[in-house]
Amino acid sequence: MTLVPSIAEEQASTPLSSAKSITLRIARFNPEHDGERKFMEFTIPYEKWTTVLEAILEVKKHFDHSVAVRYSCRQATCGSCGMMINGKPRLACFTKISELDSDVITVEPMNNFPIIRDLAVKFERLFDTHHKIKPYLIRDDSEITSNEKEFLQTPEEVEQYIQFSNCIKCGLCNSACPTMATDSSFVGPQALAQAYRYVADSRDKGKDTRLKIIDDSHGIWRCHFAGSCSQVCPKGVDPAMGIQFLRGYLLGFRS
Amino acid sequence: MRESIIMKIHYGTALAAVALVAVHVLMRLTQSFAESLEYANVIANYQFLPYAGMLEIILILLSIHGFNGLRVILLELKQGKTYEKAVSYGCLAAMIGLIAYGSRTIIMVNMGMI
Repeated sequence: MTLVPSIAEEQASTPLSSAKSITLRIARFNPEHDGERKFMEFTIPYEKWTTVLEAILEVKKHFDHSVAVRYSCRQATCGSCGMMINGKPRLACFTKISELDSDVITVEPMNNFPIIRDLAVKFERLFDTHHKIKPYLIRDDSEITSNEKEFLQTPEEVEQYIQFSNCIKCGLCNSACPTMATDSSFVGPQALAQAYRYVADSRDKGKDTRLKIIDDSHGIWRCHFAGSCSQVCPKGVDPAMGIQFLRGYLLGFRS
Repeated sequence: MRESIIMKIHYGTALAAVALVAVHVLMRLTQSFAESLEYANVIANYQFLPYAGMLEIILILLSIHGFNGLRVILLELKQGKTYEKAVSYGCLAAMIGLIAYGSRTIIMVNMGMI
């Protein structure tokens, strides 16, 4: 009991102060003892540059330290702080309050992910499907054993896959995907985009293996091309396009 | 069967059905709508072998496409090994049943049994 106020006191030294403020609604839910999701409201001052993550951390510092949120880098690199912000999957560290153009900001855990607590969700399914598509170069030789020192690529060959290598595994695309919401076995846009990333890499020799993995009754064919995965990606990856290109391989339009 | 082969069949049957249904609709336009539904005209259509053959092909194409579409919808609704097997084989059986029943009608009318 003594530990809780001391943490709050320690971190209460730098409160945000601003003439402007918003109402931050945070979804609270603990699957271990809560029957349904509840919302807690906090009035938070903000500046033009304040992000949603900073507002949540402000709540943790000054109002309720028990709010569960996952975060790390605060610069849209680690992919930890994905959540539903005003109904849309976004990275909390990459979303400024001022750009939301709303006096009320509602933050909820990402859709299509099991909730650990409050805003923190389980990533097991995402990591499992990502691992399933073999997200690495498959070759019999290596740069060490080959006569050549490195596997050279032309700029055009790099262009084929480079945007897909920007994926930070934040899960926003899977959260936005309508098929993920109904099909618990669907491989998901994140894994499919990564499958394309390696299939399109001229250094990779595992195309047939990967295409076989995604050519499943819950694989690539269950994508309805809603395109919401591409809309929400904070790194500019276009999983929907990658999925269509992969379909091209399976339908024989690409080789 | 690999899902990509099933989906190739799915897309192929859709394209072929669009073409043949267009021919079917255009042939209806040779008469007025009410006239095309008169008993004698309907029987005559079935007894005209090329047209009956086209109807049979449309029946097969739409049955394959439709029941595979239904299978896909049902697979997305719920998951589970037993359920998925039941859906796949159920849709296949229903497809065969519909084609058999429709073919029976076309063949019987074509042969003058009705």
